[in-house]
Amino acid sequence: MLSIKGLKVKLEDEDKQILKGVDLEVEAGKVHAIMGPNGSGKSTLSYVLSGKDGYEVTGGSASLEGIDLLDMEPEERAAAGLFLAFQYPVEIPGVGNMTFLRTAVNAQRKARGEEEMSAAEFLKVVRARAKELKIDAAMLKRPVNVGFSGGEKKRNEILQMAMLEPKMCILDETDSGLDVDAMKLVADGVNALRSEGRGFLVITHYQRLLDHIQPDVVHIMADGRIIKTGGPELAIEVENNGYAGILAEVA
Amino acid sequence: MADLALKQTPTEAMIGSLALPVGGWSDTARKDALARLQGMGLPQRRDEYWKYTRPDTLIQPEPVSAALRGSDDVALFDQIDRIKIVFVDGVYDADASDDLAQEGITIDRLADMPTDLHWARDLYGTLEKNGQTPVARPLAALNTAFAPDGMLIRVTGKPSKPVNFIYRRRTEIADAMLHHCIKLDAGAEMTLLENGPVAARFNGVLEVEVGDQAAFHHVRAQGRDHEQRAATHIFTRLGTESAFKSFTLTANGMMTRNECVIELTGDDAAAHVAGACVGDGADFHHDDTVFVTHDAVNCESRQVFKKVLRNGATGVFQGKILVKEGAQKTDGYQISQSLLLDGDSQFLAKPELEIYADDVACSHGSTSGAIDEDALFYLQSRGVPAAKATDLLTLAFLAEAVAEVEDETLRDEMTGRLTSWLERHAG
Ligand SMILES: Nc1ncnc2c1ncn2[C@@H]1O[C@H](COP(=O)(O)OP(=O)(O)OP(=O)(O)O)[C@@H](O)[C@H]1O
Ligand SMILES: [Mg+2]
Repeated sequence: MLSIKGLKVKLEDEDKQILKGVDLEVEAGKVHAIMGPNGSGKSTLSYVLSGKDGYEVTGGSASLEGIDLLDMEPEERAAAGLFLAFQYPVEIPGVGNMTFLRTAVNAQRKARGEEEMSAAEFLKVVRARAKELKIDAAMLKRPVNVGFSGGEKKRNEILQMAMLEPKMCILDETDSGLDVDAMKLVADGVNALRSEGRGFLVITHYQRLLDHIQPDVVHIMADGRIIKTGGPELAIEVENNGYAGILAEVA
Repeated sequence: MADLALKQTPTEAMIGSLALPVGGWSDTARKDALARLQGMGLPQRRDEYWKYTRPDTLIQPEPVSAALRGSDDVALFDQIDRIKIVFVDGVYDADASDDLAQEGITIDRLADMPTDLHWARDLYGTLEKNGQTPVARPLAALNTAFAPDGMLIRVTGKPSKPVNFIYRRRTEIADAMLHHCIKLDAGAEMTLLENGPVAARFNGVLEVEVGDQAAFHHVRAQGRDHEQRAATHIFTRLGTESAFKSFTLTANGMMTRNECVIELTGDDAAAHVAGACVGDGADFHHDDTVFVTHDAVNCESRQVFKKVLRNGATGVFQGKILVKEGAQKTDGYQISQSLLLDGDSQFLAKPELEIYADDVACSHGSTSGAIDEDALFYLQSRGVPAAKATDLLTLAFLAEAVAEVEDETLRDEMTGRLTSWLERHAG
């Protein structure tokens, strides 16, 4: 599904190498987790994959179902099936959440040559999905993320994911800032989307999310590289002992 | 001959090119206005009040030309049951207009000089004259002196339908001057809608006397013909507990100067003036100049102006709140903002407060900014193409000004007009 080979990335206007050769393969139907110390490049990886400005790819490749991602505009990557749940969702004053969701869903459909969703159908689906995530009608009417609490923003990300039904979902610290119940809601939302044709890359610092979303593979990222890959037990090791042991082991 | 022409001042040249309508009750007001104009002279480039807007093309005596766009203008206000009053090249067209006889409102044509309109004689040129101090507005005096046509509206009740001035153009080269007077009696209410391009060059004055407890609503969409030029003035005086709410949408137009002069003279009155403007191209110039005078207790004024400028367009805002001595409990608010879609466009703002009372709350702010890159990326990452995302953010920026239109149907019409403009001006 998602195939990253030797990806090297530096900042566009600074001589700072952030990703130093990332290799990662997420198969359809699988959940991969990435853990790693602050500043190791996890968010950068997710931004570069989704096409954010300000980074320069200096080597390697990234593709989704064999299609080169790095050449595409962000919206084309989205239409191709890539989704990023942001670590820091953006507030957009003046744009209603509902308008935003509908514009996004229909823009993707249009880009894929599919029929647009009617207003009535859209409303029905969005209400149902929102209810599952305990997002009330008022939140749907408000401007995108404006005045949302941290947890509400994260649930709103999952709502977008549920509406867009992407093939490859990247979740960047979606668990941070969530209370125990919200964490469960978000995990349920993710689990509901788990299917054979869909891949997940879950970036997190904590084992707790992985209790709810059982990963198939766990990667440890440090200083711009994946330094270790293992099963769910790797997350438990990090939870118990921190990164020191793992870092020492590969050094 | 050439020598003679050179010695003339621009004011003399302009006056010489026009004919003073005579023979009616407006004679005195017109002669007064002419004297005022001769005293002040037409605006010059060095005038402080014209620092950001070059008056040259507005004061040259020769008419200017503006290509006609044809009929591809999307009809505005079509879904609204209204009293249509049509002007073609600045001349009232009775055949194209609705019957002027309506309940709760009397409508007369200025050009007819109806003899017994005492209220109109008292109002015509009066608010314009008041508005000449402390800042001169010569183009308005020019209008009072020479405007051949316009409507005189007296509102005694609450007419069920809004009045819609619809402007159409048939001639490429045409100057038009219209002077409308509206008087709302105590407790009266009306909505005035205006749309369409008036002329290649338009000089418009609207005087509105809002009586005690009366309410005036105004929604104007300035025509889309790209090359047109317009200098408009709204003069209004508000009585006790009255309301004046005016919104203007401007899309295109090479030169537009919209002045709004508001005088709050009765206690507990509210005046709101707002504008949303979208401009594209280095020859686009749009100027909002507002002057609000608080001369009564516990009044509220609100100015909300938003401009979207791209491809080298220029926007200007000059807004002043003057709170006179004794105008306690004044609540004055002013915001002017621009969204610059490229580095070539510019926004020049001059917000001013002058306060002689001690118990007032006045605030003003002015900002210029670019599209929020993070918001743009967020939208794109959800599959919204960059151009569409930019449009969404642009509309969101303008929304605060459009929100000043209270009526939902009218508000949607304004949003629709802005949306279609953005779609036509893609990229
Ligand atoms: N636009 C930028 N400008 C300057 N430095 C940047 C930028 N983007 C990333 N960096 C730097 O790159 C490094 C990696 O950042 P990144 O946000 O990818 O880390 P992370 O692994 O997601 O960390 P965290 O766990 O704290 O979220 C950090 O040192 C960060 O300061
Ligand atoms: Mg991060």
